[in-house]
Amino acid sequence: MAKEFDLSVKVGALELKNPLIAASGTFGYGSEFADFVDPSSYGAIAVKGLSLNPKEGNPMPRIVETSAGMLNAIGLENVGLRRFIEEKLDYLRTLDTKVIANFFGNTVEDYAAMASCLSEVEGIHALEMNISCPNVKAGGIAFGTDPLLAAEVVGAAKKAANLPLIVKLSPNVTDIKVLARAVEEAGADAISLINTITGMAVNLDRQTPALANVTGGLSGPAIKPVALRMTWEALSAVKIPVIGLGGIVTGEDALEFLCLGACAVQIGTANFIKPLSVLDILSEIEHYLTAKGIGRVTDFIGTFRIP
Amino acid sequence: MCTQSAERGGRETVATVTLSQPIGGGYHRLRFASSGAQNATPGQFVMVRVRDGIAPLLRRPFSIHMVEGDEVELLYREVGEGTGIMTGLKVGDRIDVLQPLGRGFGRGGKVPLLIGGGIGVAPLLYLAHSFLAAGKSPKLLLGGRTERDILCHDQFSCLAVPTRYATEDGSLGDTGLVTALLKDELDSAEDLGGLSVHACGPIPMLSAVARLAEGAGVACEVSLEAHMACGLGACLGCVVKARDGGYVRVCADGPVFDSKKILWP
Repeated sequence: MAKEFDLSVKVGALELKNPLIAASGTFGYGSEFADFVDPSSYGAIAVKGLSLNPKEGNPMPRIVETSAGMLNAIGLENVGLRRFIEEKLDYLRTLDTKVIANFFGNTVEDYAAMASCLSEVEGIHALEMNISCPNVKAGGIAFGTDPLLAAEVVGAAKKAANLPLIVKLSPNVTDIKVLARAVEEAGADAISLINTITGMAVNLDRQTPALANVTGGLSGPAIKPVALRMTWEALSAVKIPVIGLGGIVTGEDALEFLCLGACAVQIGTANFIKPLSVLDILSEIEHYLTAKGIGRVTDFIGTFRIP
Repeated sequence: MCTQSAERGGRETVATVTLSQPIGGGYHRLRFASSGAQNATPGQFVMVRVRDGIAPLLRRPFSIHMVEGDEVELLYREVGEGTGIMTGLKVGDRIDVLQPLGRGFGRGGKVPLLIGGGIGVAPLLYLAHSFLAAGKSPKLLLGGRTERDILCHDQFSCLAVPTRYATEDGSLGDTGLVTALLKDELDSAEDLGGLSVHACGPIPMLSAVARLAEGAGVACEVSLEAHMACGLGACLGCVVKARDGGYVRVCADGPVFDSKKILWP
């Protein structure tokens, strides 16, 4: 009998049964998709970004479709830390997958408090701190674009955390390598990138912005080349594991990031297009690598070379 | 295909087109067969991926017009790229449909008043069927800009549902808005307690309907429309303001809401 294809990967100490992670904000708290796909199909689920208190989010319209992508300005609407723990976590605990608690704050103290609190809760396997949301005015983006601020907030969160700490980076910077190094030196266990790229759409008939927030974050296939370039640059700058994301909708897309050296990838907008994307991408990865005579995903990671 | 997807932990979403027909005025009917349709209740919706690939990227939401056996029918207006592609679908084509989604209409009173503005009539046909099957006596109030925007005469007259029309140009029924018909019904009702209102149409119409119904103390449900990304409650892209603060999701908390839940703009 043929040996079973080995999809498992490691993000530092965190072991995943497969390299696909549901990207924060695109898979809710898992249960939303359960009618169509078993959420345990993912190697891990990064939940919708959490804040200390519930957050109402931005006015409508919040989303608009663009060429091969979409802009969103949700504004980090979420149920807050307490309701997440009381109402959402029980379901996630029943799943056969790793749970990554994505969180954000307005101050360094917020981040530290969130990291500390989430580390104490049973059923969470890793933390992902968002220092990169482009759609909120306070916090978020400021931490993600200034290397000194980034180091300060990551340092404080790392000190408070008792779980692997992934730092999600913004692509809206001049040199991603500087930010990647800053958070690595501050103690990040891994980085994930890219978050959405700031963008804008115009409603020409009304001569108004298409989004109430005026600007939003671009995601979807349109951003994959930028995401690949930044993943490559980040990999060249740090030794900690790098999780790649941005525009992945097929198995070959995912393999491109893995080939560069990303230890895992996140699937975002593809969940909206097709809830079954995770299953399709896993089969496509397996078929592609099997055809190449490769039996383990880890044997393909980092095989990229420039002739 | 079905079994493979099920084995992998997913639910198959492929449907086969059984009817694709323009009915004039830019309106179209699309009917497709699939598993999963049988469970749909009136007011629920579907998310259609009009074709594979990345243009258009997102699915399009449509309310369920009618369900018969394993077939679902949509009634839609061609408004953009997605619906433009849909009009080109042919019998036998396969499309990817998530269904049934969202929360539909409730049980209604003894005399449910169904109110549709333009394409907002779409979910009311299945609703009328279901009310009749439950032994209720629904009435239908339809409004539109002109006679061409009043759809489904034939289907409703087959059902023998009493129907009144209002058009802005007076080309069919009363001249004016459908809300005037509602006001008349509420004013002349012998038993307000037996009435219930179930409305679908543009926001200004729904807001006026809600005000009239609430003023008369009649239970009122509204079916809302929104652009959506996921349709499953995850992306939070389709929210509307709630009267008691915050937002509710059109896709997962609705699309049908008690009118008292909504904070009208």
